[in-house]
Amino acid sequence: MEQRENIGLDRARGTERCDSPSRRTFLLGGAIFISSSLLLGGCGGGDSTRGPAAPRFLESDERNFIRAAIDRLIPKDGLGPGAVDAGVDVFIDAQLAGPFGQATGIYMQPPFHLGDTEQGYQLPFTPAQVYRLGIQRVDEHCRKTLGNAFAQLKPDQQDKILHELEDGKIDLGEIPSANFFGLLWQNTREGFLADPIYGGNRDFAGWKLIGYNGPRYNYLDDVDKFGQPYDKPYVSLGGRNPVMCHFSDSPTGRFRGPGCEYAQMPAKVHYDALTTTTGKVWPAGNL
Amino acid sequence: MAKKLPEVDVVLVGFGWTASVIAQELTDAGASVLALERGGWRDTVPDFSVTHIQDELRYAVRKQIFEETQRSTLSFRNRPDQLALPMRELGSFLPAAGVGGAGVHWNGQNWRFLPTDFLLRSHNEQRYGKKAIPADMTIQDWGITYEQLEPYYDKWEYLCGISGKAGNIGGKIQPGGNPFEGPRQREYPLPPLKRSAATVLFDKAAREVGLHPFPAPAANTSKPYLNPLGVQMGQCTFCGYCEWFGCANYSKASPQSTILPVLLKKDNFRFRTHCSVVRVLTDSAGKRATGVVYVDPGGKEYIQPAQMVVLCAFAHHNVHLLLVSKIGTPYDPQSQTGVVGRNYAYQVSSSVNVTCKERLNPFMGAGALGQVVDDFNGDNFDHTGKGFIGGGYIALWNTGGRPILQEYLPKGTPKWGAGWKKALHEDYLYSTHMQCHGGMMSYRNNYLDLDPTWTDDYGNPLLRLTFDFYDNEHAMSKFLTDRATQIAKAIPNRGINPKPRKGHYSIIPYQTTHNTGGAAMGNDPRISFVNPFLQSWDVPNLWVMGSTVFPQNPGYNPTGTVGALAFWAADAMKRYIKNPQPLVQP
Repeated sequence: MEQRENIGLDRARGTERCDSPSRRTFLLGGAIFISSSLLLGGCGGGDSTRGPAAPRFLESDERNFIRAAIDRLIPKDGLGPGAVDAGVDVFIDAQLAGPFGQATGIYMQPPFHLGDTEQGYQLPFTPAQVYRLGIQRVDEHCRKTLGNAFAQLKPDQQDKILHELEDGKIDLGEIPSANFFGLLWQNTREGFLADPIYGGNRDFAGWKLIGYNGPRYNYLDDVDKFGQPYDKPYVSLGGRNPVMCHFSDSPTGRFRGPGCEYAQMPAKVHYDALTTTTGKVWPAGNL
Repeated sequence: MAKKLPEVDVVLVGFGWTASVIAQELTDAGASVLALERGGWRDTVPDFSVTHIQDELRYAVRKQIFEETQRSTLSFRNRPDQLALPMRELGSFLPAAGVGGAGVHWNGQNWRFLPTDFLLRSHNEQRYGKKAIPADMTIQDWGITYEQLEPYYDKWEYLCGISGKAGNIGGKIQPGGNPFEGPRQREYPLPPLKRSAATVLFDKAAREVGLHPFPAPAANTSKPYLNPLGVQMGQCTFCGYCEWFGCANYSKASPQSTILPVLLKKDNFRFRTHCSVVRVLTDSAGKRATGVVYVDPGGKEYIQPAQMVVLCAFAHHNVHLLLVSKIGTPYDPQSQTGVVGRNYAYQVSSSVNVTCKERLNPFMGAGALGQVVDDFNGDNFDHTGKGFIGGGYIALWNTGGRPILQEYLPKGTPKWGAGWKKALHEDYLYSTHMQCHGGMMSYRNNYLDLDPTWTDDYGNPLLRLTFDFYDNEHAMSKFLTDRATQIAKAIPNRGINPKPRKGHYSIIPYQTTHNTGGAAMGNDPRISFVNPFLQSWDVPNLWVMGSTVFPQNPGYNPTGTVGALAFWAADAMKRYIKNPQPLVQP
């Protein structure tokens, strides 16, 4: 049984809120599948809004930090737009507000121990919490040592700070600075190179840089044309003029099938950030 | 209070590849079969449609097609004297959740193991002497031979419509195929896939350095294919979204594209989704499985009685179920007794990036579109003086050019900033990489048991993985990576970047989802949990499928052998149903 809902467009704020909190909660709480074509149709409607999206997780000073940092990570230059023009800050914001930022589905059960590197991520923080705490601490560090918040520093100062973060050389309290940098760089690359429906890679900035024309279905006649350019229009899952339409429903959350038998059960439970199906709630750190 | 349900003949834990094979075979034999799947239902239409499946961020990066660690994970350490910590995020390997299992999101790289792989200990002892095998290396023979398994490999390959070129038919070496493979009874069902620019360059370079490249056997159809069950598959169109995605085109073999259209029409087959099996039940003597307990997403428990229980879940989960159900003797590395959890192994992978002079269009690809050399796999070469046994293949897989994760830049490329941007601009269309896909021996201290601290969503202790690479693996991997680098140098290039596997095993970077062992098969119940027919020595109406039964992991992707073993075990189960006795007396 498909469930559908109207997708609210927050036009008053100059953006399309495909993933409003109420909708997200609804998605997380129940079995739902909205085909992407339906979702994209409902979201985009051909009326592409390209202005800055309203903040969804990041506060304005956090957004300033992100815009300054990603401008150094992928700068605008003669090769084309950088991360800011490509909307990577919009992408990161949406990701942090959504299941990724909230660590949905991630094992967050205590106790937490920092083990060896090989044992992987062991911090008691969601990605959104890493950003919030990390940005705050980096700005404190910059003010203390350089007299300004990161966003107000000169580009070469910013590069130096980013390298020091990357090398684990700045004390960010509970968060190793290399973790913070790693997450920021990972999400920046994602936003630059993911399908534009997620808000980044605006006007195919990332894909045009590298020469990837977007997901296509059939290269049967092209795969053995060795060394030849492939000149076709750039295309997204949202078509040739995609708009941001961040969605978090999962096709694996569906129930149907001919001749199938199902046990009695409620709709699929997609866990909220730190609550398990059995109702146990784990502390999310000292924030 | 658990609700008791009506008994079925056979209950399958999981509904991926092996469950689909077993269900198809046993329902044909008249049994009533029920599969319990912890994930959801999904099918080619609409779940894998091109309107949304070619989404790298959602599936490959955010991993929406895999299991959630919150629900099921393990703890991990390299050595027994460390504190194991939970694997909070997926990384090194990516188990599936959902109907079709990992058969939905695999690449389709489909192999047979070498005849000597099945006789690993005895063959190596005979050729190199007992001293060639270190004391803590617990490798063993499988209890079956390649020749016994050959008809079942054949059945699997024709089910899946494998595209390839035979290298050895009935002992006669075939030009263009893999000259090292074991003898097969006939040609592959489909010819090899078309080649891409990168695979042609690899082929030429490998020949130049004196090796024997051949087209990789692919569960991606090179032509339309009607399989023996009457299920129609479509021709692969090289869209480049196999690995970590479902196939929109009925071109990649999966349960959905090869078996389910037939199986789901049968009256004597049922499946239930979102049912997590948490226990296998046994009688008071522990000699007979009486069914399973499963939990629905609301936390309600059900008892599903059955005449036979078959564990068809992912390798880890089968072992976890045995341990929490207290079936079999848990392995103890101190005393080296017990079998459940013993001989966990994996894959030792490394790679070499090549930035070619020729434009490659890497995004035109398929999961198993590749050229391979098998000259350094298994015992295909003389290991005397090499300091290791075993090996692996070197392949150039052109799986796709997905921009976020498939970045293969030259050595020295800046990690970010204008320099990174410039390199990506100049090199994306020209870059590819070779994979060294090494086997992994089993060791005394590489094992699975239960974690004393962390629990899963159902209150069960997490599985605990203790695992590391040893000297044999490091030496083998270096050898393979050096050989791959030689091939790379023979390709006209603007830069190469060898990425050897060094140091301890890490749970973070993706390597392979080829996790093996923990309930090995074999002839000796002291070192195997199932007999050569995959039937438990202790509980004869309990069977274990999948790579869980591998005593160690050869240098190939496991699915071909997993499929062949499922058909092999299904034949044994049919005999068992007629005469329910242990098929082998210990």
